[in-house]
Amino acid sequence: MIPTIPQNRTMDIAFKVYVTLFFIYLALPLAVNAVFAFNDSQFPSLPWKGFTWNWFFGDAHPMIGVFHERPILRAIGTSIFIGVCVSTLAVIVGTTNAFLFNRYKFKGKEFLYFLMLLPLVIPGILLGISILVFSSSIANAVWDGFKWDIEALRPGVLLVVLGQFSFIATMATLVISARLKTFDKTLEEAAMNLGAGAFTAIRTVTLPYLLPAMIGAFIVAFLMSFENFNTTFMLVGSDAPLTIAMFDRLKEGSTPLLNAVSLLLMVGSSALALLMIAVQRKK
Amino acid sequence: MTSGRSLGFYLLLAPVLLWLALLVIIPHVDLALVSLRERVGVGQYALSPANYLTFLNEPLYLVTFARTAVMSILATIITLIIGFPVAYYIAKMARGKLQPILFVLCLVPFWVSELVRTFGWMILLRETGIISSLLQWLGLVSGPVELLYNDAAIMIGLVYTSMLFMVVPLVTTLSSLDDSLIEAGYDLGGSSASVFREIIVPHAMPGIVSGCIVVFMLSLGNYLTPIMLGGKDSLWFTELIYSQFIVRFNWELGAAFGFMLLFLSTAIVWTALKLSGQSLEKTMG
Amino acid sequence: METPDLSCIDLTKRFGDAVAVDNVSFEVPAGSFFSILGPSGCGKTTIMRMIAGFLEPTSGDIQIKGQSVLNVPPNKRPVNMVFQHLALFPMMNIADNIGYGLRRQGLGKLEIEKKVDEALDRIGLPGIGKRQVNELSGGQKQRVAIARCMVLEPDVLLLDEPLGALDLKLREQMKIELKSLQHAFDTTFVYITHDQSEALVMSDSIAVMNAGQFEQVAGPEDLYYRPETAFVAGFVGDANIVKGQVVRSSGHDVELRTEYGTHIKGVSKTRDMAAGRAAEIFVRPEAIRLAKSADEVAELDNFLSGKVEQTLFNGAASRVLVKADTSGETIEVGLPQSGRFDGIRPGQEVHFGWSDKQSNVFETGGL
Repeated sequence: MIPTIPQNRTMDIAFKVYVTLFFIYLALPLAVNAVFAFNDSQFPSLPWKGFTWNWFFGDAHPMIGVFHERPILRAIGTSIFIGVCVSTLAVIVGTTNAFLFNRYKFKGKEFLYFLMLLPLVIPGILLGISILVFSSSIANAVWDGFKWDIEALRPGVLLVVLGQFSFIATMATLVISARLKTFDKTLEEAAMNLGAGAFTAIRTVTLPYLLPAMIGAFIVAFLMSFENFNTTFMLVGSDAPLTIAMFDRLKEGSTPLLNAVSLLLMVGSSALALLMIAVQRKK
Repeated sequence: MTSGRSLGFYLLLAPVLLWLALLVIIPHVDLALVSLRERVGVGQYALSPANYLTFLNEPLYLVTFARTAVMSILATIITLIIGFPVAYYIAKMARGKLQPILFVLCLVPFWVSELVRTFGWMILLRETGIISSLLQWLGLVSGPVELLYNDAAIMIGLVYTSMLFMVVPLVTTLSSLDDSLIEAGYDLGGSSASVFREIIVPHAMPGIVSGCIVVFMLSLGNYLTPIMLGGKDSLWFTELIYSQFIVRFNWELGAAFGFMLLFLSTAIVWTALKLSGQSLEKTMG
Repeated sequence: METPDLSCIDLTKRFGDAVAVDNVSFEVPAGSFFSILGPSGCGKTTIMRMIAGFLEPTSGDIQIKGQSVLNVPPNKRPVNMVFQHLALFPMMNIADNIGYGLRRQGLGKLEIEKKVDEALDRIGLPGIGKRQVNELSGGQKQRVAIARCMVLEPDVLLLDEPLGALDLKLREQMKIELKSLQHAFDTTFVYITHDQSEALVMSDSIAVMNAGQFEQVAGPEDLYYRPETAFVAGFVGDANIVKGQVVRSSGHDVELRTEYGTHIKGVSKTRDMAAGRAAEIFVRPEAIRLAKSADEVAELDNFLSGKVEQTLFNGAASRVLVKADTSGETIEVGLPQSGRFDGIRPGQEVHFGWSDKQSNVFETGGL
């Protein structure tokens, strides 16, 4: 069962075949998705009608490519905006949480840590509806009391950002905490011993040490935000991010335009993921 | 240091408290209150368990609830069975450069959104899809076959979507198993089966449990996969919540449904943790 | 007299009920190499952390060049520390590590560069400034850690068992190197260790610490040959420890009878010990002379004969275990490597003896 233990040859081959099949299973949906982005047809299905770039660059009906499809471009913009907001917030809170849980002993710490983990095991749709209900409660109360309509508390970009942040922050906390745990605290003492104040020591020694994890957490958070559906779906307003916009299109029927968008997403997220691996490796 | 400490402490404590209180705890309390009220007149509400009674008295709701639970458990088990050998291969059998490459390959599909993945399965499985065409070309079937819109398609999609969350914790725990323990197992006369049962599985337990919890939660809370791959009669519980909130605008009943979902997931996760002797902090943190 | 670089006065540190450092006072003269030697948990690290400012003493005072530093935060104290695992910053290159303290002082870029280069020259590693920490060997890291402190020209350099992580060969080499670095920088070093050989080789003065207190502060030779307490005699160097009772005592000279009935002459620090007191005699194996005939050792204050039980070959530190004929106790005796005793075998009859100055007697209390 490990290379050092002699193994029956059939068993060995069977294992390899199984693993190969598994990776084909993983790759298949993505591969067909990507391939049909280049099909010169109105439908992402066989028969293959020839190769075209039109689903990316086409500008005439019926084949308007991604780069000329304004609603899709706007949705991508919205997704990026939401992703950056969520990731920034998540990394900030994740970092403060990492310091809080690693450096301080206080009453109720275990309980708080447990609460902090909960968003990971609450179904995303529930986070969505609870924030929806709570924000409209506030908005309604404010309206009843002061006759102010706070537009931001109605479904829309702000609620989507808050909703996604509510569980992505846990992820960021775990990633950054894991790195802070491996930090040798005597490095901070050494910095202070060499003349740095407590804050300077953290700024010049601890934060640079955490940086790869913070970048990693930012990218993970961005990808999670970008592809989130369940929470976003309950909180979305008129400015739909990409996943929601694609979902609406898909319900109406699919064209290779969606394959083209999918391919762009795959390329984009793979690039980000590779960037993250590069950052992690450099540490 | 001593004087700055308390200020620093409160500055660090504030974000986590604000986050958990405003975005997690109070919204859920509010949701609970909404689920417990009944509209008795225009803008008038009374505390009552009416919404939960509606849930319990309507067979469609109950059946969907149970179906969602059973299928999620099934999806978790299938994911574990499919994923374990792969994780084992990556952690223990792949050597040299192959190991990190296979691991990264496992992650690739999950860098793109679930929607893209599901869409890929639709292209494969539908009547005009690749598999149907392939079967016709091979002469195995005479006409187009619809492989989409049934429970099997949902299962394929759920397992696919959750695979990463099973394989990653499994690879992590299995890599931490010292090879010499397996060697010792054989050296002391163990067979492959007994080594697997008595050494490998117990060691991998935290990974198995955390993988199963996450996969189960993701399946239970999934919305996209069942709605895109499932048929008209394969209703998922999240669809009921969504339709109460967005279509019917009956937030009270929707909130009650939400809590039933939360209750179900908590109950099953808690049972799984108790049965395996693990804790949430250990498996997630 | 010149003000000492470092003086601790009645220093005490309690953690709850436990006393880690119990009323310790000492002075370290300028330019000397001072070691605190003791087993782990004796409180030596606590003293060092108090001097560095990471711990506050429960009572007592710490003065550097005559000035109390009690209310000075660690980053403002004129002491620097070489940490146990060196604590070089892994995210900075060597030059940035050495320049870290200078940057905190707000020095100009050029000046920092110049000082870093000078420091690298002095530790004999010129031109490695651009390298990363993990590209250096253990010994090089050590020197960089010292240079990082020395560029700040501290009044006192604290070293917290910095050789602990090195392998044996390198450790031997670094002992000599540390001593010469101390000479080169002409700075006061305070060195903590549990390794007696490190302390003996490098120090001008050594404090042996046990259970929160200093047992003895002395130069290496005094400590080795004239231990003042049983703990020091046992902790520093090897010794045969024989239990006995005082037979007679006059001034510092004592005669004891061991449990086995042998009479041994020795010296004690306490004068005129009462007859009948229980005591322990410490005799170093290498202080015992081994002989083939009784005549050779007959003029020594103590002499015995016995049979070799075992030979323990360990190069220069080889020993034989000899069982005394008359009484039956087993004594460890240094085996001279002159060649005279080549081929010595168990069972062989040998004679051995030592002078009374070489047996240190300590009361153990009780009768």
